[in-house]
Amino acid sequence: MRRIIQSHATEFALLAVIAVISFVLSVATNTFFTVGNAFDLLNSSAVNIIFAVGLLVVLIAGGIDISFAVAASVVQYVTAILLGWMGGGGWLSGLLIAGGAGVLLGAFNAFLIHKFRIISIVATIATFNIYFGLLMFFTRGVSIYNLPDWLTDRVILYEREMADGSWIEITLPVLVMVICVIATWIFITRTTTGRQLYAFGDNPEGARRFGINIGAMQFIAFGWLGLMAGIGGLIQAHYAQEVVPNALYGRELDVLAAVVLGGARLGGGRGSVLGCVLGVLLISITQNGLNLAGVSPFAFKMIIGAIILVAITLSNTRLERLLPFMRQQGSRG
Amino acid sequence: MMRLVDRVRAFLGPEMAGPGFALLAVIVFFSLVSPQFLSRATFGSVAFQLPELGLLTLAMLLPILTGGLNLAITFTANIAGLTAAWVLKSNGGADAGPLAFLIGCLLAIGAGAASGLVMGLVIAYTRAHPILVSLSMMMFLRGLGEFLTRGGDISGFPVFIQPLGHGSILGLPVPLLIFIFCVLIWHVLLSRTQLGFNTYMIGSNIEATRYSGINTRRVIVLVYTLSGVMCAIAGIIMLARFNSVRVGHGESYLLITVLACFLGGINPFGGFGRVIPVFVALIVLQLLSSGLNLMGANQHLATAVWGILLVAVMILRFAATRFQFFKRKEG
Amino acid sequence: MTELAKSSQAPLLSLRNINMTFGGIRALKDVSFEVMPGEVHCLAGENGSGKSTLIKIVTGVYRPEPGAAIEYDGQTYSHMSPVTAQAAGIQVIWQDLALFPEMSVAENIAFQTVLGRWPRVISYSRMHEIAVKALARLGVSLDVDRPLKDYQIAQRQIVAIARALIGDAKLIFMDEPTASLTQSETDHLMDIVRTLSASGVAVVFVSHRLAEVLEISDRLTVLRDGALVGVYPAAGMTQSRITELMTGRTFEYDVRSREVSANPVVLEVEKLSRPGLFEDISFTLRGGETLGITGLLGSGRTELALSLFGMLKPRSGTIRLEGKPVRFSSNRAAIAAGIAYLSEDRLSLGLIQPQSIADNLVIASLDRVTSGGFLSDDRKRALVAQWIADLGIRIGRQDDAISTLSGGNQQRVAIAKWLATNPKLLILDAPTVGVDVGARAGIFEIIAKLADSGLAIILISDEVPEVYFHADRVLHMAEGRIVNRFTPRDCTLADIEAAVYA
Repeated sequence: MRRIIQSHATEFALLAVIAVISFVLSVATNTFFTVGNAFDLLNSSAVNIIFAVGLLVVLIAGGIDISFAVAASVVQYVTAILLGWMGGGGWLSGLLIAGGAGVLLGAFNAFLIHKFRIISIVATIATFNIYFGLLMFFTRGVSIYNLPDWLTDRVILYEREMADGSWIEITLPVLVMVICVIATWIFITRTTTGRQLYAFGDNPEGARRFGINIGAMQFIAFGWLGLMAGIGGLIQAHYAQEVVPNALYGRELDVLAAVVLGGARLGGGRGSVLGCVLGVLLISITQNGLNLAGVSPFAFKMIIGAIILVAITLSNTRLERLLPFMRQQGSRG
Repeated sequence: MMRLVDRVRAFLGPEMAGPGFALLAVIVFFSLVSPQFLSRATFGSVAFQLPELGLLTLAMLLPILTGGLNLAITFTANIAGLTAAWVLKSNGGADAGPLAFLIGCLLAIGAGAASGLVMGLVIAYTRAHPILVSLSMMMFLRGLGEFLTRGGDISGFPVFIQPLGHGSILGLPVPLLIFIFCVLIWHVLLSRTQLGFNTYMIGSNIEATRYSGINTRRVIVLVYTLSGVMCAIAGIIMLARFNSVRVGHGESYLLITVLACFLGGINPFGGFGRVIPVFVALIVLQLLSSGLNLMGANQHLATAVWGILLVAVMILRFAATRFQFFKRKEG
Repeated sequence: MTELAKSSQAPLLSLRNINMTFGGIRALKDVSFEVMPGEVHCLAGENGSGKSTLIKIVTGVYRPEPGAAIEYDGQTYSHMSPVTAQAAGIQVIWQDLALFPEMSVAENIAFQTVLGRWPRVISYSRMHEIAVKALARLGVSLDVDRPLKDYQIAQRQIVAIARALIGDAKLIFMDEPTASLTQSETDHLMDIVRTLSASGVAVVFVSHRLAEVLEISDRLTVLRDGALVGVYPAAGMTQSRITELMTGRTFEYDVRSREVSANPVVLEVEKLSRPGLFEDISFTLRGGETLGITGLLGSGRTELALSLFGMLKPRSGTIRLEGKPVRFSSNRAAIAAGIAYLSEDRLSLGLIQPQSIADNLVIASLDRVTSGGFLSDDRKRALVAQWIADLGIRIGRQDDAISTLSGGNQQRVAIAKWLATNPKLLILDAPTVGVDVGARAGIFEIIAKLADSGLAIILISDEVPEVYFHADRVLHMAEGRIVNRFTPRDCTLADIEAAVYA
């Protein structure tokens, strides 16, 4: 048990913080600590969690991606237009088109990064501007409201009224989110390719000496994020029942903050799916709780920003205290 | 004579090739396709649009040189603008006097500096990643600003501050003059002061710099504080230009400032880069959007073209190093 | 195995007529190299002598020029490829180990099981099993489920060896294996190598410093400037003889040790302690005196130096500089008081590699190139030019990156950087690491000149001859304490070596 806590320190710290916040909120409000609210939370966090597990894979491989959220917006438009041409389509064709378009946009990032040795932050800031600029230019900022019915109808997979009168609902976004989370978890912890990604992010030169295909690693990591961005984009369109070109603008930094809060390291080699999901949940639970507690919605972001700032400061201070000690041990000469 | 050439070369630096070439290409291209391009109107629009983005880019530049990033620049500028607006509002709004404005500016700069100071302290003492620290500061400031303004605008300022946003001296817009003045200060700071020297050294290897007897924490804190001050200046200019303050104004500039720095040859890992090439890169970006505007395109297409330009410059740099590599192999 | 027994066998690896050219420079000239099965072989040579090129040819990273003959385990190859070399059981343990610190020990050892182009499902239990078995073969037990970053460098090296063994290795190259190990860790490594050798695995040590491994080695191959110097039996070989073979020169130093008791005292250290790192350190140092401190890795030498330099606070004891007690809050205070410290780690702590020669030289004395609050380019260039002339540093332009210089010239810039601060005490921590043997003499000439000019110098080195020949007095540290004090003019080199390597 102790070893599990040690090796998953970030995850346990997040769980502890979530527990404390939940406790405070359940005392402060009588609506927070209900099953119905928990499911609401899952429904509303589904898209961010899908984005987050995709971004996690890129961070593990030692890269960063700023462009995925606007790429998801591009995917929404492309999918909506293609579905229009096809005369409707359905969930299967929609997911295939969205996923495929997302993979292509991600692969373009990987192409720039691998082929021309442009570091990922530079390449993806460039594609962020390209994707968003072209999207706004071609759509003239116009939203799409007449989406196919299958896309806008809520799909409730399971519902039940609880004793306290609240409703439990498991909707399609949650199902898709769970599938994406499990797929990512299997991919990065249970397949050889996933472990190669960790190794590549941890020590690129060492990975190269083992003959790991560096180009393939970039395409797989950014392709996976592209896939998740595409799926997430479609689900967001379903959830919002409309496609707005700048709806996801700025989401990339929120997701990045959540993923890194969940223990992923900028620079590669470290990060877990569980931590990543907890990172997103911590933020949405706080937001949800503040909402229920009647705090002005304008104060949410301020409080969340402050929480992340304090969390980062504390977690790094603890490491810093340990580090000089470890460093002396490591470099006794 | 040789010495002068050397001096000029040292002033421009090797980073100048990319933006210099892009500047030439943009001027030649647009003057060929659009006869109105080389005109006072183009100059005017560039001159008035350059300063906001430019000042924010200067604020982004210093942290990048140390190997970091400051994602809080736009909201720091907003908060500084709000501070000034608050002082003006509580001293009579449109009837506030110059003294109130002066105090407002000082407090605004203080607010910007405070934002930078907190980030600098956290980064220097905890070694948390600057992207994270500034990202959470950005969220905090955005929230704070929205909380204070309830998402609305604050407007109604005295008339005498408008020249700061719209006036001209000897045909040159006042904001442009302020921006050029700040560019020169940054240039001198980076090339002629110990702080600048240490900024570059830290960007390349912070531990070796510390072993050389440099107070690296102090440098990091100062760098982020100065970055915050520059944001505040940008915030005051925005207040004067729009005669209002809205939280979220200039938000879209955030990643453009990073783009401008990279286009200007700043090393993304820190340690190398100069102010003047970044200044030229900023002019290129504005010329591009003005030129596209003349051809009937909007700012969004310009944004996309900015991204394409960055990719093109990075590919050319890559090709140039490849070419050198092959030449060395043959020789 | 005896020499006789081995000569009757066919060699495991035999290279003949190996030529290699990079950009017009002959990196290897007609080199031959042979390794017997189960042999422990040393491959010695200075930086740039062609050692690493040779390893890369054996492991298939490079192709030798036509005409080469590679015979390995009874088969003939015109060249190797990384895949054939690995499949044939040739493994290299690089100096940087090429491990993955965030991953578990098991995954590091069994990393080959996750290789391959197409994705497969992995089995952690199989990895665990493979790792435990490989470690058991080395007589080591580690918690293989912990991440590698939890372990020290010596254990990581064992992990790298274990990883090499799971590929059914017959021939293992170890690149600079003892560079970062303490004595007891080196001893343990030697035990492991003995075990491997006994089980029929051939081990080749690649290094310029082989004193520690000579006793368990069978033969020694020496390269110089890309050409073979010769193959020698390891028995009876000494480090100084190897150095002579590597450089083609004999270095006859005189013992410099002088009597300096008339000079004023610069530094007095009394009962300085920092539990766990060093304890009860007392000595005095006079102007113009060079005090040698030797001892193996882990003896606390560098920690002692860092605490004199204000970067590590001692728990108790006093430091007096020119009679006045000092207590430094940081290395800035130490530098201001006249103490300079040349780091042992020139690549990552001593110099800022990507930056220019000029900037590296002035970084510690910026006030001297500042006038009226601004840095003066003219002053900087003049100062740099003066030091470059004074120390005979060979450079292209002042603005070139420091990384373009050779190790010896880099070290001279590092010394100049500290001399520019006008120190009273100069601490030189392993000043010849990564400096070619030929260029070391130049460094010691500079040190002697500085001492003659009245500077107090502490010379830290784990190479006993360096302190024996160049210091006036020698302190021997072990496990954080001064265990012996020598005066070279009154003792022999063997006396000190016997004490240090005992």
